[in-house]
Formats: sequence, C-alpha cells, structure tokens
Amino acid sequence: MSYIVINKEKCKACYLCLEECPKKLLKVSKETNSLGNHVVEFNDPHHECLGCAMCATRCPDLAITEVYKG
Amino acid sequence: MATQVFKLPESLKGDVKYSFCPGCDHGIAVRLVAEVIDELGIRENTILSASIGCSVTTYDFINVDALEAPHGRAMAEATGIKRARPDKIVFTYQGDGDFASIGLAESMHAALRGEKLTAICINNTTYGMTGGQLGPTTLLGQVTTTSPTGRNVDYYGYPIKIAEHIALCDGTAFSARVSLDTVANIRKAKQAIKKAFEVQIKGLGFGFVEILSTCPTNWKMSPQKAHERVRNEMMAVFKPGIYKDQT
Amino acid sequence: MTTECLTNKKVLTKGNYAIAQAAILAGCQCYFGYPITPQSEIGEFMSGKMQELKRGYVSAESELAAINMTIGAVSTGVKAMTSSSSCAVALMQEGLSYATADELPVVLISVMRGGPGLGNIYPSQGDYFQATKGGGNGDYHLIVLAPSTVQECVDLTYKAFYLAQKYRNPAVLLADGLLGQMMEPVEFYDYPYPEIDTSSWALTGAKGREARIIRSYAPLADNQCVFLEKLYQKYKVIEENEVEWEEINTDDADIILVSFGSTSRNAKTAMKQLREKGIKAGLFRPVTLYPFPNKRLHELAQKTKKFVTVEVNMGQMVNDVRLAVNGACPVELVNKGVGAPPSAAEIVSKIEELL
Repeated sequence: MSYIVINKEKCKACYLCLEECPKKLLKVSKETNSLGNHVVEFNDPHHECLGCAMCATRCPDLAITEVYKG
Repeated sequence: MATQVFKLPESLKGDVKYSFCPGCDHGIAVRLVAEVIDELGIRENTILSASIGCSVTTYDFINVDALEAPHGRAMAEATGIKRARPDKIVFTYQGDGDFASIGLAESMHAALRGEKLTAICINNTTYGMTGGQLGPTTLLGQVTTTSPTGRNVDYYGYPIKIAEHIALCDGTAFSARVSLDTVANIRKAKQAIKKAFEVQIKGLGFGFVEILSTCPTNWKMSPQKAHERVRNEMMAVFKPGIYKDQT
Repeated sequence: MTTECLTNKKVLTKGNYAIAQAAILAGCQCYFGYPITPQSEIGEFMSGKMQELKRGYVSAESELAAINMTIGAVSTGVKAMTSSSSCAVALMQEGLSYATADELPVVLISVMRGGPGLGNIYPSQGDYFQATKGGGNGDYHLIVLAPSTVQECVDLTYKAFYLAQKYRNPAVLLADGLLGQMMEPVEFYDYPYPEIDTSSWALTGAKGREARIIRSYAPLADNQCVFLEKLYQKYKVIEENEVEWEEINTDDADIILVSFGSTSRNAKTAMKQLREKGIKAGLFRPVTLYPFPNKRLHELAQKTKKFVTVEVNMGQMVNDVRLAVNGACPVELVNKGVGAPPSAAEIVSKIEELL
C-alpha cells in the first residue's frame, strides 16, 4: 500500500499539490493548522495511491515529508 | 512492505519550516540543492556564499557552513573562499537582482575567470523581498511597483538573458536555464543543478543554473496562475535549455 | 621588481614592496586587488610572488570585488589582504562595515593620495577620517596603524595581521603615496606574533560539528542592541590594550607638535629646530590612529601650553586632538592640503607665527 505523510503545520495552503495527484487523492481539509490555513489532507479509502511522489516533488514547503510506495 | 520513495534531504537542518510565501518556488529550489548535496555526499565539505533578498534565508535551511555576502557580492566572497580553500565545494544561491543587476560584474568575472564555483540563480522577474519592484529580468510589459504601467523600452530597457550571457564566458563549464513549473521540469532542474556542482568538483570551471521561479505574492496571482505565467510568458522569452555543457 | 629579498637581511626597497613582502612573511595566504596609483606595486609584487608560492591571487574586477574576496578568504580562517588608495578605498567602505559586523580579520593597505574625488596622485593624509571614522554604515571601528618609515611599513603590516586576527576586526595600514614610493633600507624578519587559532569560528565545512553562519544581518537574532554592546566591549579592550604612540621631548614642552605618518618626520625635524631656537617643543606621534592615544594627550594637556597638529589635509586629526585635550589648552593646525609634507622650515615659521 502506497501512502504519503503530511506535516500539517507546514502546509501554507498553496494547493499546488492538488492538481499534481494523478488519482486526485488530496483535498482541502476543513481542519486548520496554527497558521489558520485550511490544510491539505490525504484521503485514500480505496488504496489508489501510486507512490509517485509528484505531490511531494511539487510541494514548495516540504509539508509532504515522506512518500512510500508499496 | 512499502519502500520510501521521498524523504526530506539529509542536508537540510531537520524538518525545516521555510519562511517563503505560500506557493513560492524558492522552497523547491532549496530542496533540490539539498538533494544534490546529499547525492554528491559533499555536505561536510561545502561552503555557501549567501546573498541578499529572499534567497538569504538559504542558510537557515541548508545545513552547511555559510558566509552572508553584501548585496551582489556573493560571487566575490565565493571566489575568496575558494581561493583560500581550493579543496572546498563553494556555491552561491542568489536571486536575479543579486546575481545579474547589482552583482553582474562579480558574476560575469567569476565566470570569465573560470572560478571553480557553482551559482544557483532564481529568476522570478522581480525584486521579491522589497515588495515587487522592477528588476533586471522584469519582462517587457510587466507591471511592477516601479513600472506601474508596465516595463517599456524607453524608460527601462530590456531584460537580461542570464544563462545565455554566462554561457558566452570562456570560463563557464556549464550553463543552463530550467523551470519549476511542472514536476517533469523540477526533475530536469535537479539534473542541471547536479551538473553545475559536478563541473566544480571535476575542476572543469564555472557551473551555473538559472531557475525560472514564481513570486505569487508580488505578481498578485495564485500559485497555479503563477506557473501558467512561467509557461506562457517567461519561457517565451527565457527559453529553458542547456546553453553550455563541457562535461 | 625583486622577489629574492624575502630573507632576513637589510635591503633597500620601496614602501609598497616592503608592505607586500611583509605580508607574505606574515603568512598572507591570499591577495586580491585592483590597480590604483600610488600603490600598484603591491599588486604587481603579489601577482608574481603569490603564484610562485602557490598562494591565492586574483586581479579583481573592482575594489568592491577585492574587499569582498578578502572577506571570503578570511572567513575560512586564513590571513588575507587587499590594498588600494583613497578614491578606491571609498568603494571598499561597504565591505569594511560588513567585515566589522561579521567580525572578520580583513587587512587593508590604504596608501593615501589626493582627494576629494580623483584628486591627484600626490601624497596626502586626506583619508584620516575615511580610515578612523569610516565611510560604511553603522557603529564600528577599524584598527588603524600609521607607519612613518618604510621599516615601519614592515613592522606595522605584521601587526595589522596580528591585531586583525586577535580581535577579529578589520585592520588598516594607513600609509601614503610618499611612503609607498620612497626607498629606504629595511630589515625583514620572521613574523614576530603568535599565530591565532581560528578553528573555533572559521568556515571550513561542517564536518563533525554544527554548521556555522557568518552573517551581519541580525547576528544575535532580534537583539541588535546586545550585538552592538558586545562589539563595543571589544573596542573598549582594544582601546585599553593596543594604543601605541611615540613621544619625544614632551616632558618639559611648552608646545607639542602632533603628527602621524610620513608628515611626522618633518614635524620631528621642526621640533628639533624649534629647540635650537630656544622654544621648548616636543613631538607626539600617534602610531595607532584607532585606538587614538586620547588618555596620554589628555595628560600632556595638563602640563603643556599648546598643541599644534601638522597634517597634509585640511585639518582632520586636529579634531581628535581637540576632543582628547577637551579644552585644557589651545590646539592649532599647521597644514597643507595635499602633496609632500610641509618642510621643517615651513612648519617652524608657521609655529613662530602662532606663538
């Protein structure tokens, strides 16, 4: 199973990652971090994540800190 | 068992929080430099000559010895470091204003002398930290706080094509322009940065990469629109490519 | 150009060559410079000798670049220097201010010529203010040493490297076109000072230790006041320990001539001639212009009747003497704007007018 790890405190809500995900598994959360940003959340109920790391490669703030491919 | 395919570069100062604006490509460029330092295994032998502008914060993020130069003087200080310690890997991380306006003489002459140095230059067509004024790379027609009706030739002249100029210097071993607008281009950018370090390590000469980058805050655009501008407007004038490669 | 006289023997040489040779003997690992009269011989000498010794040499594209290359080199813990003159030292002021904030041991050889602007290429002391008050921004001091002979060009070049490293502060050897161009017998000798260990702060790559940042932007984070206090504590120590001057016949003097650098030589002759005429004259020659011998001048002011500064400028050091004397007795000026120093006879006759 592939998955990513997000450090929500580092997300600045630029949302550049949303369009990178080929499976559209990233979305804007209702939750906010201490900066008041509606952070990005990873939602993969059907285990579709490819572990391609396009989201992490795109993220300008190192908020996606780990990607695993399985 | 899942294998890790992405992790934070070990050459960063831990799980760093950038001070860049949301969507700014500086964060990508800093990460790529750190990844290249990791891959080349040079962190403990590398010294950064830091510049002025948004780029100055690089020393807060990359875990190498650093000397902060006055505005425009990063290449001169890098030259001094390298001449004093030729065994060290020395690089600069500068904006277009630092590298190609106030520091143009230092940059060109470092390239002409063939200093064994690596220069990473972020081109975002504006002075970011001071609030979005016209810089050496501001495009014709571009509105900035000091070109309120757009850059016109009569008042402002033309933008500089840095990678082409650096490639013309005989001491340059590698000069490229890359973009961070897509994931594919980010990967190409990393390869270019790596080459710019490798020419220094091999003693071939000056290594240079100009990175087309965004400034969503001062361009007054969403990060998504900013990348469209890089593709549609910047890349039409500043064509990505490898302008010199002596490897 | 001679390079063979890097031995401990007496040779006849020009001030500029003497400085360059002393720098090499002091262990200067890198030289960066841009030509300007009247100090170009320093760079010429260095270009050959440094390459021969496999040390660093760059013909810099400007003085701006030269001072910053020097900053880069010394940041790695080695001794390095640049040299220039007046209107071109003006271009280095930015770098000197940064180097004080970075606490880096830059050595600058400043061989003064006429000003303001391009002025002319004759000797001058018109950059006393430039060296001691600084043209860069912010609160800082440079250590300033003023040789009066070619031998002192050697002695004080050694000392400039030592003090710069000891206090991690830029040091300036403030010579002038006369000293740079004149020939005198000089004795070279081994660098007489202990080597300073730079390993606790130098940038050498973060191997087995934390990465270091040498910066002038808020070095102590948000507490720039604390940083300035710390910097000025250092200057206090320099002022207490490093003041150097020469004093002749001041004990019973009614009038004390105060003069530095090459000009002090004619002032010394004038002092002797005044003595022959029955005027009780003395000579006071500051060797360090920063730190300035304020305390000693203040003491002398309590027992002498008058100070006269002799300078080749429109009256610069006279201000510092007045501050030191603080009204205890009159401080007059005998000066010439630019060129060879006023002759002893001229100084004597001007002083006689003042009496």
